Amino acid sequence: MPRLRGGLLLTMALYSNPRLLSAVRGAVEPLAEALGFSAPHRRSITRAIDEALTNIVRHSYSNQRDRPITLYFRKIRRRIGDSIEQGLEIVLCDRGPAIDPGKFRGRALDEIRPGGLGLHLIHEAMDKVEFTRKGRTNRLRLVKYLSETGDDV
Amino acid sequence: MQISVRRSNTTTIFDVSGDIDFANSPEVRESLLREIREIRASRVLVNLTAVRYIDSSGVASLVEGLKASRDYGSRLILFGLSIAAREVLQLSRLLKVFEVYDSEEEALAH
Repeated sequence: MPRLRGGLLLTMALYSNPRLLSAVRGAVEPLAEALGFSAPHRRSITRAIDEALTNIVRHSYSNQRDRPITLYFRKIRRRIGDSIEQGLEIVLCDRGPAIDPGKFRGRALDEIRPGGLGLHLIHEAMDKVEFTRKGRTNRLRLVKYLSETGDDV
Repeated sequence: MQISVRRSNTTTIFDVSGDIDFANSPEVRESLLREIREIRASRVLVNLTAVRYIDSSGVASLVEGLKASRDYGSRLILFGLSIAAREVLQLSRLLKVFEVYDSEEEALAH
């Protein structure tokens, strides 16, 4: 388990079965709502997590359905000038082979072709997207902060 | 997710509802490609009104349908985009690539 002190809201452990993705989406939206994210941000956060999970199933586990994935949801804060901004941190862990971090940039959208949109949707939704490999674990950290203008509950 | 199909002459309408995600987007893809390549519908309309969620694999299925329609000289038309569908197509910069209408009546009139 990664170091996640304080602010832990929810932990989910699931198998890499695509049929379970809807269960995660079903948990994320109300969690983001409870933290005060606006409806568009709730949808984009849910989409980012769903796309990240899909990438794990497809690329990290090569569509094997019985591999472990763990998600940690944590409430975080950051100081900007005199104000404190709240946010949601999601850490997705899998035990697949090491992934080239360079592949986490997504593709350009100027070409009309299927595939490769997931990473773009993740980057579009989140304020931070960080990939690390620790031991035998791939760790994708996603962070979204509540913005004063965009999240009016 | 559920897909139902309505056929009339050379026009096919797919009514899709629920969530289109990695688990079920192959079903959308196969339905569209069969209609275009095998049944040779000249117009394939996809009703997205009741789509609650669509991920990038769902969008990819629509793009594959669009490409097949161009290859086979037919048209793939989307109508009644839900908020979720519109958002994803906008973010993917594909909204203007597809033929999109607000309603079924409007889509059929073109």
